[in-house]
Amino acid sequence: MNVRMLLLGLLLLLPGQAMAQGFAGLGSGPGDFATPDPDRVLEFPADHGAHPAFRIEWWYLTANLTGPDGTPYGLQWTLFRSALAPRDGEGWDTPQLWMGHAAVTTPDAHFVTERLARGGIGQAGVQIAPFSAWIDDWVMEGPDFDRMRLKASGPDFAYDVGLTATGPQVLHGRQGYSVKSSAGQASHYYSQPFFQVSGTLTLPEGDVPVTGAAWLDREWSSQPLAQDQRGWDWFSLSFESGDKLMGFVLRGTADYTAATWIEADGTATAYPDGAFSAMPLARHSVAGREVPVDWRVRLPDQGVDVTVKALNPDAWMDTSVPYWEGPVVLSGSHGGAGYLEMTGYD
Amino acid sequence: MTGVLIRALLSHWWRNPLQLITLLAGLALGTALWSGVQAINAEARASYDAAAASLGQGQYAHITARDGGPIRQETYVLLRRAGWLVSPLIEGDLRGVRIIGVDPLTAPGGIGPVAPDGGADLGAFLAGAGQIFGQADTLAALAETGVQGVMSPDAAPGTAITDIGVAQRLLGREGQIDRLLVAPEQPLNRPPLRQIAPDLTETAAQDGTDVARLTDSFHLNLTAFGLLSFAVGLFIVHGAIGLAFEQRRPMVRTLRALGAPLRLLIAAMAAELAVLALVAGALGVAAGYVVAAALLPDVAATLRGLYGANVSGQLALRPEWWLSGLAIAVAGTGVAAAGSLVSLARMPLLAGAHPRAWAMARRGGRQLAVSLGLLALAAGLAVYGRGLLAGFAMLGALLIGGALLLPPVLSTVLRLAEARARAAVAQWFWADTRQQVPGLSLALMALLLAMAANVGVSTMVSSFRLTFTAFLDQRLASELYVSATDAAQAARIVSVAAGAAQATLPILAVDRQVAGQPAQVYGARDHATYRDNWRFLQALPDVWNRLARGEGVLVNEQLYRRGGLSLGEPLAVTPALTLPVLGIYGDYGNPVGQVILAEAEFRREFPDVEALRFGLRVAPDDVAAVRAALTAQAGVAEAAMIDQAAIKALSLSVFERTFTVTTALNILTLAVAGFAMLMSLLTLAAMRLPQLAPVWALGLTRARLAGLDLLRAVVLATLTGALALPLGLALAWALLAVVNVEAFGWRLPMYLFPLDYLRLGGFALLAAAGAAMWPAWQLWRIPPARLLGVFRHER
Repeated sequence: MNVRMLLLGLLLLLPGQAMAQGFAGLGSGPGDFATPDPDRVLEFPADHGAHPAFRIEWWYLTANLTGPDGTPYGLQWTLFRSALAPRDGEGWDTPQLWMGHAAVTTPDAHFVTERLARGGIGQAGVQIAPFSAWIDDWVMEGPDFDRMRLKASGPDFAYDVGLTATGPQVLHGRQGYSVKSSAGQASHYYSQPFFQVSGTLTLPEGDVPVTGAAWLDREWSSQPLAQDQRGWDWFSLSFESGDKLMGFVLRGTADYTAATWIEADGTATAYPDGAFSAMPLARHSVAGREVPVDWRVRLPDQGVDVTVKALNPDAWMDTSVPYWEGPVVLSGSHGGAGYLEMTGYD
Repeated sequence: MTGVLIRALLSHWWRNPLQLITLLAGLALGTALWSGVQAINAEARASYDAAAASLGQGQYAHITARDGGPIRQETYVLLRRAGWLVSPLIEGDLRGVRIIGVDPLTAPGGIGPVAPDGGADLGAFLAGAGQIFGQADTLAALAETGVQGVMSPDAAPGTAITDIGVAQRLLGREGQIDRLLVAPEQPLNRPPLRQIAPDLTETAAQDGTDVARLTDSFHLNLTAFGLLSFAVGLFIVHGAIGLAFEQRRPMVRTLRALGAPLRLLIAAMAAELAVLALVAGALGVAAGYVVAAALLPDVAATLRGLYGANVSGQLALRPEWWLSGLAIAVAGTGVAAAGSLVSLARMPLLAGAHPRAWAMARRGGRQLAVSLGLLALAAGLAVYGRGLLAGFAMLGALLIGGALLLPPVLSTVLRLAEARARAAVAQWFWADTRQQVPGLSLALMALLLAMAANVGVSTMVSSFRLTFTAFLDQRLASELYVSATDAAQAARIVSVAAGAAQATLPILAVDRQVAGQPAQVYGARDHATYRDNWRFLQALPDVWNRLARGEGVLVNEQLYRRGGLSLGEPLAVTPALTLPVLGIYGDYGNPVGQVILAEAEFRREFPDVEALRFGLRVAPDDVAAVRAALTAQAGVAEAAMIDQAAIKALSLSVFERTFTVTTALNILTLAVAGFAMLMSLLTLAAMRLPQLAPVWALGLTRARLAGLDLLRAVVLATLTGALALPLGLALAWALLAVVNVEAFGWRLPMYLFPLDYLRLGGFALLAAAGAAMWPAWQLWRIPPARLLGVFRHER
């Protein structure tokens, strides 16, 4: 995706005034940080690693899984990097801060936990080859980006699953340059939406073997939001046809939308502002907020007109920077499943 | 009209400056007592909380190196990467300041000044040269470090908190960590500590908890004192206000006769009182500040000695004292004035001129009923009440009920005395004394409360001291306590001690759930040390021999109460071992249960547990030599040896300081009560002239009358003291057996201190006699013409 989240920034960079500058401070100016370059060609595996000259960055994985009895599950593993200054550094002096979020969602429960760490001392970081992204005991690592092991643990849940890529990486926007507002805010953004997953969830009732599909987003920027943008609604949908759709709405003075249509072979088509639309159908009260958990999502150019419904409307991420993130099921023109993320509902 | 009215009202003070001063002084003293105690309490608590929070001591389990040395930073990262949620902490001294370095990203909540969700500027704390948090003098000492200082009034004194990276740099200890705090919530699937870092050891959080509980106990003493002093202050305020109204009744009548509207008059007097209350309240808070500042160094030293926490000896003038002090003054004035204003409003225009000081106790019957009702309520709460709130409600009902009981009891006693008196002067003396009870009753109630509070609080503090020192004797019976870092050093300690000490008592302990409660199971060697020193709350006969034969176990009071155990009943210590309870011992300040087994039973049940701590019995003169031998031959660090005599001496000196504070507050309360009496007597003195003049005319000299007045004050104080003693003891019992149990889960035994009570009674008599001295002297020196004038004015 997208513009996702978060974070840290918020939290870390502009305490107190974070909310004045878009969600979580993501609308603050870039200052001395690097800004995304529309002509930059992404290079792999180098771009799987961190970009410390940019203020924020994430490795964001969500998965729709199924247990042996057919029960649907959602899984999230996210590593955020947030820099206090555009440089790297050794030891405690580093300005690079890291935050991890992990969650498992079942139809009637939602488990969340969070980790914070400083770079520079080895507690958290990302290494390119062999690939490893980690914070504490949480890891996403493997010999390369296509075969990885994913682990996380919290006080009441844990998971340990394998990821195998079955398709190519997808660049969003213009060759991975994803515009976020009419004023030109942008990020570098690519995804690996074709992971097969199998492994084990550890829940209070015991271990559950699961299989399913995962979607990994990589994004970095220094000011992804315009100042008037308050939050976003982001959708990653996998249809039964094998096609996939990434679309988001950035809520500001005027809404800004963008989408990428991904065919089963990985061919991607980017859509500009206005082609994609998402309209709330029903709201749900969670954590004292009214959050839209049912949506009508349309991309007329591909004949998409689906109802997106949260598997568990209570999938609230009660973390330092709170937001809603959870699995969804689709009906309408296409069937399927996906993930929904909603920020800025205060 | 209004201007004239106000001038007329104020002219009263102008003509009677002494009354104005006494009114202001009465209000100010009541407020001072309240705010002084509050100030000490708030300051001590704030400092202690700051110290506790900034250290994270006790609140969290922590991990240290077995050898007591630093932990490598790599080890910290290793633990985090294994799933242990631990947070690094480094401490050290720099220019006399204790520097504490924390990592705000991993610190469990509440540690350090900038938790990630605390709203502080984490960016500034972490970025660049960093920030250092501390009080102003602390920051001044660190100015040369170049680190930006941030004033933090709530920081512990002499302590600066900064990022761990900055602290490592300032202390020249890059890559080192002293302690790891363990977050209370840990993830699933975490490997055991010894598998990742075998040279580290984890200490559970409860060690600090006893400290917190003992501190709470100390604060409870002060809070109780604050409550009592508030009650005393309220009576004094009430007395002072009543006086001011009483004396102006004739003027009010005159003003109304001249046409002043009643409503305006009442409003003007209420406004006048509000202004006086604010002025007196401000004076009182300032005076309370002085009192607190004088006493605080002792309180600070007490806490420092008891808990090792550095409590600032300096007082910061906190806005909440001003507010609470002024609120007390104004509210007390309001409550006290309401009744007087109502009675002024109802005063018939032509009947109001007489001060009512000699109106007899017409409300006596109702007052007695209310008093008995409150005492019954207190008794009911003592038996059926649950919770701390019920405990304090019971205290309140007991105090007020006791105070209201005083006038009826005094009247009855005096009436009996009068009936037995034969001589005319004696009969007159008793009758005249009884007639003055209504006028003096508020002052006497204040004296009663002051004495009861003093009896109650000093009984509590003294009982606490006796219990606690006895407990120390029991728990620290050995002269020297030594901790080994591992089994090899333990073996060396045993061999060194075998030659140097009279006995070596291994301390074997393991944590277990017993009777559904978290508990520590100890193995005790059969030795005279235990037989001679331990005291039981309940025990079967021949308890030590039976324990040695493995026929049962001992449990502490906490386990006994919470586990619902009883003496002789079998207790399952482990699934394989069930033994009857032979004895129950007091274990003050310990939050968890304890079970003691004979050493043989313990070693059989827990063969893997090795003794790493030892109590050594050594002749007191040999302690230093044994310490030296242990250091030289077994490599025991100084810090791993605890000298029992030193601990006891420290504890006792701490209690001495507690006594200094308590005694000072006792004397202050009595002085305030004495002042209330002085004011009442002064008022009565003027009003009693028409009653004294005939007696004088009958031949009693002024000197005799003055002497009788002095005697009367002493008699009233003695009677009041006689009632204060049982009330004070009831108060102490409520504090020890009700409030303490509700607050901490253990009951303190109550001891009586008759000599202390006698001394207190002596002080009270002195206060009363002192208060009566001036009015008596005035009477003695009164010009006969004024006494004659009474007859001239006779209507």
